[in-house]
Amino acid sequence: MPLILSIALTHVRGRLRQSIVSVLGVMLGVGFSIAMAALMQGSQEDFIATLVDAMPHVEVSDEVRDPAPPPAARFYGAVNVIGARPDDDTRGLRNPARLRAMLDSWLPGRMTMTLAGQAVLRYGGRDVAVSLTGVDPASYLRVSTIGDDMRSGSFMELAANLNGIVVGDGVAEKLGARLGDTISASTSSGGVRRLKIVGLYHTGITQADDATAYAMLKTAQVLFARPDVVNRISVKLDDINAARSVAARIERMTGYRATSWQEANESLMEVLVVRNVIMYTVVGAILLVAGFGIFTIVSTIVHEKARDIAILKSLGFGQGDIRRIFLIEGLVIGAAGSVLGSVLGYLITLGLGAVTFEVRTNVEMTSLPLTYSPLHYLIASGFALLSAGIAGYMPARRAAKLNPVEIVRGAS
Amino acid sequence: MTVVAEGEAKAATEPGPAPLIEARRLTRVLPGTVPVTLVRDIDLSIQAGEFVAITGPSGSGKSSLLYLLGLLDLPTSGEVLIEGEPTHLLSERRRAAIRLSTLGFVFQFHFLLPEFTITDNVMIPMRKLGRLPARQMRERARGLLADLGLGDHLEKRPDQLSGGQRQRVAVARALANEPPAILADEPTGSLDSRSSEQVFEILRALVDDHRKTVIAVTHDLDMAARMDRRLHLVDGMLADP
Ligand SMILES: Nc1ncnc2c1ncn2[C@@H]1O[C@H](COP(=O)(O)OP(=O)(O)OP(=O)(O)O)[C@@H](O)[C@H]1O
Ligand SMILES: [Mg+2]
Repeated sequence: MPLILSIALTHVRGRLRQSIVSVLGVMLGVGFSIAMAALMQGSQEDFIATLVDAMPHVEVSDEVRDPAPPPAARFYGAVNVIGARPDDDTRGLRNPARLRAMLDSWLPGRMTMTLAGQAVLRYGGRDVAVSLTGVDPASYLRVSTIGDDMRSGSFMELAANLNGIVVGDGVAEKLGARLGDTISASTSSGGVRRLKIVGLYHTGITQADDATAYAMLKTAQVLFARPDVVNRISVKLDDINAARSVAARIERMTGYRATSWQEANESLMEVLVVRNVIMYTVVGAILLVAGFGIFTIVSTIVHEKARDIAILKSLGFGQGDIRRIFLIEGLVIGAAGSVLGSVLGYLITLGLGAVTFEVRTNVEMTSLPLTYSPLHYLIASGFALLSAGIAGYMPARRAAKLNPVEIVRGAS
Repeated sequence: MTVVAEGEAKAATEPGPAPLIEARRLTRVLPGTVPVTLVRDIDLSIQAGEFVAITGPSGSGKSSLLYLLGLLDLPTSGEVLIEGEPTHLLSERRRAAIRLSTLGFVFQFHFLLPEFTITDNVMIPMRKLGRLPARQMRERARGLLADLGLGDHLEKRPDQLSGGQRQRVAVARALANEPPAILADEPTGSLDSRSSEQVFEILRALVDDHRKTVIAVTHDLDMAARMDRRLHLVDGMLADP
């Protein structure tokens, strides 16, 4: 064993009880940091997964980010056009086949094209206004979770029946209609169609269950009098983290506004950042306290070992050697605390994982979402070692500067 | 000031090898509101193989001079040369390296590391220097301790030994790296007469049998009389005894 390490270890051993307390301090800091990081990241990932699962990763809408200048400005060189309103009838994503061809070649995921609009459903004299979405059922199911929410009938029935409609169970209840009943749907563009309910769903989101419905894309295009037009492309990506770049690329290619799930949930993402900042602050505070413990013990040892320092200097140890001895003492305590803390953190995480509890809205038992990541252990141990190093360095520097003459003279 | 020492005149005229330790107009003043002069204008040169006593009344600056000669303290003005090499401009590291290989200290208080066995204590300077393989270091440490009559106590810790035994361990440690010079500050000051005599004989033998240079501060005028040369300090300056 190197000489200065063995000297450092004898010092730590000589103050064993105090050193153990310091090690425990670091251990608790590291352990709780790891468990907290596992829980924080776990819940964050769980939250994002739930959020992202239920929505498209990228959504292309029939808007443009910077509206084109009104024709008046282009043709007459007007500086500012007042009162110009975009023509609602001309809206929509034109030529879906061309758009599909554009995206299909490179898109790392699945997409579906839909046309949505307002419609009124009528049955037995009762009216319910809904947002009616025209879909291609097969591709839509690959992008949406609606398939999991079906309560009766089936979403795929639509494909077999141009005059089929799938509605939320709230809509059916308001209409007083049941599966298999035929209702009528009408739109403001004058389209009227009799449609048969081939499926009912319940998502748990009131707005969806009480005011949405799905029909075949062709049927919707007829009802809205918008042949060969869609107004939304929904994309599910293989890697959700690619959403921003994919959205940007779609926007560049098509000119239509493409929104990533991150952009759509910007304020939520900000909340997550704040949460992480709070977490790292708490972890930092714990490790700071652990650092104080190390600082105290190394300072005590320096004070206690002033004579040894003087004799080591007289024997030919330089300031650097003395500094290293006490720095090592801080790091040894920090390293022991990191190792034990990593074990503790793992055990706490395991313990948290074993906790199950009932959530009122859910019948099954739920457990805490946790993420096991080596990075958490590295970061917590790294911070602990850094704080131990700083805490050891300050008294170590003082030890290196001790004047041996004063100590030797004082002791003789 | 006059330096009273046999052989001094010879060393000054004959151009031999550089003196082992040389001081030129060495002055050390402690700064402060009332500056304290520890030693003033010391000129001396000590050849290899000399056995030198530093004597003087309490507070006359004997220890201060020894610390300066041993590069443990820095002079306010003047300089110390070790084997002809000026040291006042050397880095702290370099001066530490000279202490490690060229100088051995023995203090009135033994200053052994309490957690280590006496063998391990003697090995510390060797391990720091790192010139020998570990096995030879241990053998050499045991040999030194055995030579000093401590062969039965090799694995004991310092607190299991008497004061005289500890002081002999300190001498063994000072000899660990075979330095040409041993600097001792009242090495027998805390010992009874029998132990004092033992330690003195050891120092004597170092000079006579191993051609070491020994510089020892002592209060004991009888002991000083038995050394080869005496430097007498009064109020921080060299004087006739
Ligand atoms: N830190 C200090 N502050 C003030 N005065 C000091 C300090 N250190 C030493 N002195 C003074 O410097 C002078 C020389 O001290 P030094 O220890 O060298 O004397 P000494 O000859 O070794 O004495 P002793 O025989 O008692 O050991 C003394 O008068 C002492 O009081
Ligand atoms: Mg003294």
